[in-house]
Amino acid sequence: MNHTTEHAHEAGSKKLFIWVWGWLLALTGVELVLAYQNLPLKVMLGLLMTISIIKATLIISYFMHLRFERRSLVLTLMPALVFVIAMMFIVFPDSLRLALMRPH
Amino acid sequence: MAGEEAMRMGGPAHDDAAVESVWSGGVSPYAVVPKKLGMWLFIVSDAITFSALIIAYSYVRVASPDWPRPFETWPSIANATLMTFILLSSSLTMVMAVRAAKLQQRASTVKWIAATMLGGVLFDVLHIHEWLGLIGQGVRLFKNPWGAPMFGASFFTLTGLHMTHVTIGVAYLGVVAALIGRGKLTSDDVEVSGLYWHFVDLVWMFLFPLVYLMSAKSA
Repeated sequence: MNHTTEHAHEAGSKKLFIWVWGWLLALTGVELVLAYQNLPLKVMLGLLMTISIIKATLIISYFMHLRFERRSLVLTLMPALVFVIAMMFIVFPDSLRLALMRPH
Repeated sequence: MAGEEAMRMGGPAHDDAAVESVWSGGVSPYAVVPKKLGMWLFIVSDAITFSALIIAYSYVRVASPDWPRPFETWPSIANATLMTFILLSSSLTMVMAVRAAKLQQRASTVKWIAATMLGGVLFDVLHIHEWLGLIGQGVRLFKNPWGAPMFGASFFTLTGLHMTHVTIGVAYLGVVAALIGRGKLTSDDVEVSGLYWHFVDLVWMFLFPLVYLMSAKSA
């Protein structure tokens, strides 16, 4: 009995997974509606990326179980990833240069 | 001696053993089996690869005039939305498979993995069909009938690499399902394959808005 409940807790609840899946679908729906609104480009992009990051966090935390792992694992993986991605953003001023300085 | 004590207890109770029996071996600082840590490290590296490609696409798009917005609501955005739904649902079936594996339910595990594989195959079929449609409309790597020449290269590279990951994932899951059915793998192996699958879904969470929604044909 104890053995099974222990496994069940480790296994995660069906309800939680379905709840996460539901939210993922709902957020996708929001993105879909957003795409057809007449918003300035940067606002649209900012909102879409924010929603995508929330979806990614849900998947990583619950489906990939990181929420229930040792903090040392989370800290080993996530900050480095975020940092490297942030560093890659350095190129964008150059793309804007190309966009704005192109002869018309 | 503290280390001997830990060994006599018959195995690490994590925190005590971590402090006292480092030299006895068999201590896992992250409290995960090595293959799970290995998969996580691979996932981080693959995430960086996809991030680099996405940022390269964004760079080229910002820098180019006349970036095409060819995706009509029907069939393109509808198709991409269906693909998103399929992939998200396959992540749900995968997580059910891992749960069944941890509960030692072998037959149920295989069934849930099969459902996940089906999702992957459906995704690939819809995706190839879409590719053929675009190619039929004249989209090539460095040429298309609508605008900026780099549209094709960025689209096919990004979605192509992702589709390759999905296909490899389906094969990987097939091997896991076959071996689990024969009792040759543990729930850890199912969980590790699940991590890969969720990562593939995660990448799509970013591709869908950046590649499709940002190129939806507005009125």
